[in-house]
Amino acid sequence: MNILVCVKRVPDTTENEFQLNSSKTDIEREELVYSINEPDNYAVEEAIQIVSRVGGEVTVVTVGDDEDEEILRREMAMGAAHAVLLSDERFEGSDGRGIASVLKAFVQKNKFDLVLTGVQADAGGAQVGGMLAALLDYPFASLVNAIEVIDTKKLKICREIEGGSRETSEIDLPCVLSIQTGINEPRYVGMRGIRQVASIPIPTFDAAQLQISDGVIGSAAAKVRRIDYFVPISGTNARMLTGSSEEMAEEILELVEANGGLQ
Amino acid sequence: MIPRIFAYVRHSNGIPDDMGVQLSVVAKKIDASAPLTAIVTGFGPNLDRACEALRAIYQEVWKIPHPSFEHPTPESVGRILPAALPQGSVVLLAHDHFGMDVGPGLSIKLNGAYVADIVGVDQLQGSTLKLICKEYGGQFNTHVACDTSAGAVITVRPGAFKAKEPVPFSGEIVNRVVDVPVTPSRRRYIGTIAAPAGDVDITRFDILVSIGRGIQKPDNIPIAEELAKELGAAVSCSRPVVDAKWLDKSRQVGSSGKTVKPKVYLACGISGQFQHLAGLKGSPFIIAINKNRQAPIFQVADIGVVADIIEFLPELTDKVREFKAKRIPVGAR
Ligand SMILES: Cc1cc2nc3c(=O)[nH]c(=O)nc-3n(C[C@H](O)[C@H](O)[C@H](O)COP(=O)(O)OP(=O)(O)OC[C@H]3O[C@@H](n4cnc5c(N)ncnc54)[C@H](O)[C@@H]3O)c2cc1C
Ligand SMILES: Nc1ncnc2c1ncn2[C@@H]1O[C@H](COP(=O)(O)O)[C@@H](O)[C@H]1O
Repeated sequence: MNILVCVKRVPDTTENEFQLNSSKTDIEREELVYSINEPDNYAVEEAIQIVSRVGGEVTVVTVGDDEDEEILRREMAMGAAHAVLLSDERFEGSDGRGIASVLKAFVQKNKFDLVLTGVQADAGGAQVGGMLAALLDYPFASLVNAIEVIDTKKLKICREIEGGSRETSEIDLPCVLSIQTGINEPRYVGMRGIRQVASIPIPTFDAAQLQISDGVIGSAAAKVRRIDYFVPISGTNARMLTGSSEEMAEEILELVEANGGLQ
Repeated sequence: MIPRIFAYVRHSNGIPDDMGVQLSVVAKKIDASAPLTAIVTGFGPNLDRACEALRAIYQEVWKIPHPSFEHPTPESVGRILPAALPQGSVVLLAHDHFGMDVGPGLSIKLNGAYVADIVGVDQLQGSTLKLICKEYGGQFNTHVACDTSAGAVITVRPGAFKAKEPVPFSGEIVNRVVDVPVTPSRRRYIGTIAAPAGDVDITRFDILVSIGRGIQKPDNIPIAEELAKELGAAVSCSRPVVDAKWLDKSRQVGSSGKTVKPKVYLACGISGQFQHLAGLKGSPFIIAINKNRQAPIFQVADIGVVADIIEFLPELTDKVREFKAKRIPVGAR
């Protein structure tokens, strides 16, 4: 089974304290720590595990620029056989549909039995996977947390629904699935593994090579555009405790008791 | 100007989802003058009851019956909506496991814009709709401009719009018989598996010591367990702790975990994202301990402490022990 996994490099939410830039059009990007979008890493691990059971190869792809090669290499070190960068100035300012259109063009030039994405990336849309499926006219399922290969034509999958319940379905190949975190335990990637793939050239394709017309990509085609960022004003901010940690611990205890917790 | 707004409302056993009211609030904020229709799918008496209930909120309710909608899946509904909706409509869905599944593909099939997970509506100017979303785990809000001239699909964050007591009115139920495609579905629903019960029932505790990614490694979990033991509490957690297999799924609080109603909730090393907060009901007294002063949990907590939980929790445990030792047992008085 040949599997394509769409991956994105995002600012690491666990490593950074974010600030807005002076024009409030973006976060301050200087000195940010980036990593692969967390669910995408689970998707790559899932793809590797599937091909180790049924054979085939894993390809990772991103729509981005040179700096994104870093995560492509990381996923190759994990076990992806191929990595591809889709990059062009004309992609800039694309909305979710634009990104999905670029990925669609790449999928159509190749042959994949299964396409995986993460559930959602940093901009929080959870949209690229479902759009890609619709553009390709493939069946789609989101929030997938288990995959079983039945045969070369179909999979059995579980989707995560409310309260940790699971919806099980059968889905025909080729299809697009968006992968939820926790589906597996992604393997560790060490510096040594990354060094081993450091000099493998990464094929790059631009809009012309992918035969994408201007009508679907870039800011001109985008139906959705981010205007600015602002810090939410919330009326019910916490009262912050001060003092030594001993004093704060004491106060917490009194509050726990006062609110009926402590027996 | 928006020609028409539709809200797809789910129901279970004939009772409409809470989002039914919230989506109607959003629709009015987008364009109070646009005709508003609820779309409900299902079969039999449950469908009738759901439509009847929604009539009190929506001026029109499209009732779409079909045997295959006895258990409407995103797949089956996604297949009929594109043909049923007029060109240029704005469609509202809840940003939940259903809306997330249907919405993006629907926007492509309708050739409209897609905006996910909105928490606010700013204004409509011509056909440009300005909406508010959250990014970076809720730390920042962003204004998003959406061109609705060819229609739009918008998903709405559950709980973000306070539903006022709706003015009772009596909308019209319209029976819509739609063509269900004869080609077999390429994604076939098999069944639903309920979440397993797990070792401890966190929904029964008055105090929860809840840990998040800030606990850093499984070796640190005993710190939280000791505090919980002294407080007579249970240890619950956020999703990353379960994803890493450090605690059982039954300990997870949130939209894809348990809904809990403690009196006191100690959020330790939890950033406070909405899927986590969705699991907190009954307005518990929230004490948040986080090393980052900017963490969104401080926007919703009652009390905040900026501290490293690995150091602070053991100190808190000691204090509880001290406190209990001072307390004279009732029998010894
Ligand atoms: C469809 C879907 C469903 C989801 N369902 C759920 C759900 O049911 N429940 C849930 O919890 N999440 C759920 N999530 C995930 C959710 O979006 C967040 O990713 C998650 O809640 C974040 O968990 P966290 O706060 O522990 O981690 P993070 O967001 O990484 O936050 C960790 C926090 O710990 C702080 N910290 C780090 N080290 C320390 C230290 N030493 N001392 C003190 N503080 C420290 C950091 O400042 C940070 O604020 C869901 C996501 C999706 C897409
Ligand atoms: N620029 C991109 N390149 C490749 N894949 C992407 C890109 N943006 C998003 N994706 C994929 O789509 C998923 C959902 O992202 P989003 O719709 O942005 O929330 C991600 O987890 C990725 O798998």
